[in-house]
Amino acid sequence: MATELVEPTEVVVPIDSEADLIQVRRVLRTEAVRAGLSLVDQTKLVTAGSELARNILIYAGDAGGELRVEQVRSGDRQGVRATFSDNGPGIEDVEAALTDGFSTNGSLGLGLPGSRRLVDDLSIRSAKGAGTTVVIVKWRR
Amino acid sequence: MSEGVPARDDVCPIMRIGDTLLVALQGELDDATVVRIEDRLTKEVARTHATGTLIDVSGLSVVDSFIARVIARVVGMVRLLGSEAVVVGIQPAIAITLVELGVPMGHLDTALDAEQGMALLRRLRVDGNRAR
Ligand SMILES: Nc1ncnc2c1ncn2[C@@H]1O[C@H](COP(=O)(O)OP(=O)(O)O)[C@@H](O)[C@H]1O
Ligand SMILES: [Mg+2]
Repeated sequence: MATELVEPTEVVVPIDSEADLIQVRRVLRTEAVRAGLSLVDQTKLVTAGSELARNILIYAGDAGGELRVEQVRSGDRQGVRATFSDNGPGIEDVEAALTDGFSTNGSLGLGLPGSRRLVDDLSIRSAKGAGTTVVIVKWRR
Repeated sequence: MSEGVPARDDVCPIMRIGDTLLVALQGELDDATVVRIEDRLTKEVARTHATGTLIDVSGLSVVDSFIARVIARVVGMVRLLGSEAVVVGIQPAIAITLVELGVPMGHLDTALDAEQGMALLRRLRVDGNRAR
């Protein structure tokens, strides 16, 4: 079934500094509550968003990025869609980046694969030198 | 050791109760703040020779892999200094999320709340050099 916007409004959060991470978490929490997500599902969405926003800070650096959040509906399901996009170096091997423990940064390598487990849908559009866009969706159960 | 409040900070004060330190992580913590608390706590353990440390995380509504890694790291450092560390009050929603995220926290000593944490610290002190 097609996913459509519940309302034309979307919330945009710039991701340029560490302080923006807190705003990302706040906005995602607010939108998760608005969509009627359970506390556990709110927490999963906010945590996934925190991982993806931090990736932008670490890997896109000065190129910066942003988060766009929308309320979406598919049939009688309601949910939140969050789009994290940046103008950074892009991901050379998306499949590898989605593997547990894969990191070019010496960190845990759990951000992308872990986020995928925490949400209902995660898709990545990226190419070397062309920036990265990660879209996640979490539906109300 | 006397009772008191040896160190304060605008966020997350470190309290001393007998020979136990208690720090409550709460609110919206940015990465720099988390690292600063880690640094202060480690120094405070070394300075006071506290034999136990309770890290209360019940005031956190989100723990992502970065914050989780810092918590695990501070526990490791406190242990290296010869003190026991117990993490208390992990919210159920956060525990579920961390397991799914895949962040390994299972090796930490945890308790439901500060009271049970204190009891666990007493047992750990008696156990002393048990293998980990
Ligand atoms: N926004 C991004 N831009 C460029 N590369 C990225 C981005 N996000 C993730 N990556 C790449 O994917 C890898 C895996 O990311 P992740 O799963 O979050 O683990 P970690 O951040 O611990 O390395 C990173 O090491 C990095 O190489
Ligand atoms: Mg990451």
